[in-house]
Amino acid sequence: MAEFFQQVVAGLATGSIFAALALALVLIHRATGVINFAQGEMAMFTTYIAWTMIENHGMNDWLAFGLTLVIAFGLGLGLQRAVIRPIERAPLLTTVIVTIGLVLIFNGLASLIWGAEVRAFPSPFPNDTWEIGGVAISQQDVGTFLTVLVMVSLLWAFFQFTKIGLALRASALNPDASRLVGVRVGWMLAIGWGLAAMLGAAAGMLTAPTVFLDPNMMQAVLIYAFAAAVLGGIDSPFGAVAGGLMLGVGLNLIGTYVDFVGAGLRLPVALLIILVVLLVKPSGLFGKPVTRRV
Amino acid sequence: MALLELRDVEARYGPVRALGGVSLAVEQGQIVAVLGANGAGKTTTLRSISGTVKRSGQILFDGKPLGRRGPESVARLGVAHVPEGRGTFAEMSVEENLKLGAYVRRGSLDEDVARVSRYFPWISTRLSQHAGTLSGGEQQMLALARALMSHPRMLLLDEPSLGLAPLVTREIFRIVSELNEKEGLTVLVVEQNAAIALEVASYAYVLEVGKVAVSGPSEELARNENVRKSYLGY
Repeated sequence: MAEFFQQVVAGLATGSIFAALALALVLIHRATGVINFAQGEMAMFTTYIAWTMIENHGMNDWLAFGLTLVIAFGLGLGLQRAVIRPIERAPLLTTVIVTIGLVLIFNGLASLIWGAEVRAFPSPFPNDTWEIGGVAISQQDVGTFLTVLVMVSLLWAFFQFTKIGLALRASALNPDASRLVGVRVGWMLAIGWGLAAMLGAAAGMLTAPTVFLDPNMMQAVLIYAFAAAVLGGIDSPFGAVAGGLMLGVGLNLIGTYVDFVGAGLRLPVALLIILVVLLVKPSGLFGKPVTRRV
Repeated sequence: MALLELRDVEARYGPVRALGGVSLAVEQGQIVAVLGANGAGKTTTLRSISGTVKRSGQILFDGKPLGRRGPESVARLGVAHVPEGRGTFAEMSVEENLKLGAYVRRGSLDEDVARVSRYFPWISTRLSQHAGTLSGGEQQMLALARALMSHPRMLLLDEPSLGLAPLVTREIFRIVSELNEKEGLTVLVVEQNAAIALEVASYAYVLEVGKVAVSGPSEELARNENVRKSYLGY
């Protein structure tokens, strides 16, 4: 039983990382119908920026963490204005190809700037455990989970209680009507990209301490995030978070109790989840069925 | 000087020309109606003003040309467009819809919510209801209330009677003329129901295939034999 709880806690920690990146995907998809395949590489790139600030400039972990979130916001906003906005009216496939291009660009740039070798990334949380009733709980895991929880809650409050948050939601729901009340929808989409990049950066910085920093570190995480977003419903922010946590816990438990699913089979299991959800319930567990306006 | 003036405005949807040189004027404090059959260009006239369709020709608001301004920018000048299909946010609450109406201005909302509730008393008790669950008439009223939240200098109203029962239509037009009398609101209303529009408006334009066919004071148009036969049905 102790092992079960340990696995659940560890699953919640990895799941919260999936949740953060899945939420980033959902934010952009809800607003524009675009899947940003570069979300993972953007996260990796901003994590390198944090690493540079900490390792090369001796900055405090938390300060670097916060500053990186700000830089990530700027990066997301700038990318939307510079790269995505010009192709706003292009067919969906064009946008998809462009985001795949961004994957290659960020991956290449990171290798060019920082090299391809694997680097250690400091964790802001102590590498200790708490013993609670015979269950060893990693402080790293708890810290990761709480960090995502706080970020997601703040983001929710921002969307729910601020004027910009209201305009962001309105732009996603009905861009034409939003323009008529004076909302600058183009900028709202850019802000959405900025917020998504921030979530991604957090996911990257929370991933790096355990898997180590290298230019390909977010590729698997992105697949898990896709699985989480599809599972929860690609247009449901709540679903993305719930899907991420369920996936994290689920994969951990399957890995522990189902013998033939070792570490190597985790990724195929995630892909299987994507496939099954898309076949059986394409709108996900928490999404509304898609009605296309023609 | 007219608050709004259109000079020879053309608009097209791709290769299809929807407006072929429309000129009209709306004076401050006036209710003006645009009448005409389906496809005559009534909705496009409003859309060319609010910038939701590509247009050429000249549109002057308060003496200044709108040029290539888009809808966000026209809204910020004080033109509130209640579009065809009302443009309410169905997934949002009544209160959030009203807040969005006040998006372009600063200051407290409570006063304005109280102000619009005087015209639409049901609103104050149903602020948390989702707009999508309102009846058609209530949604039209919410769209009007949302437009009022911005303190518009001019209201563009597209076919408010669409899909509503005659009594509800009557109520909505009664409120529009009350707003005009009490707040001096200037209104340009597009309407298929010519009888009720001519009752409320002081001046009207009749569009036919993208051009102004007849125009004049409402009483005069109501007596015009062609207008009566084509649009009033007697």
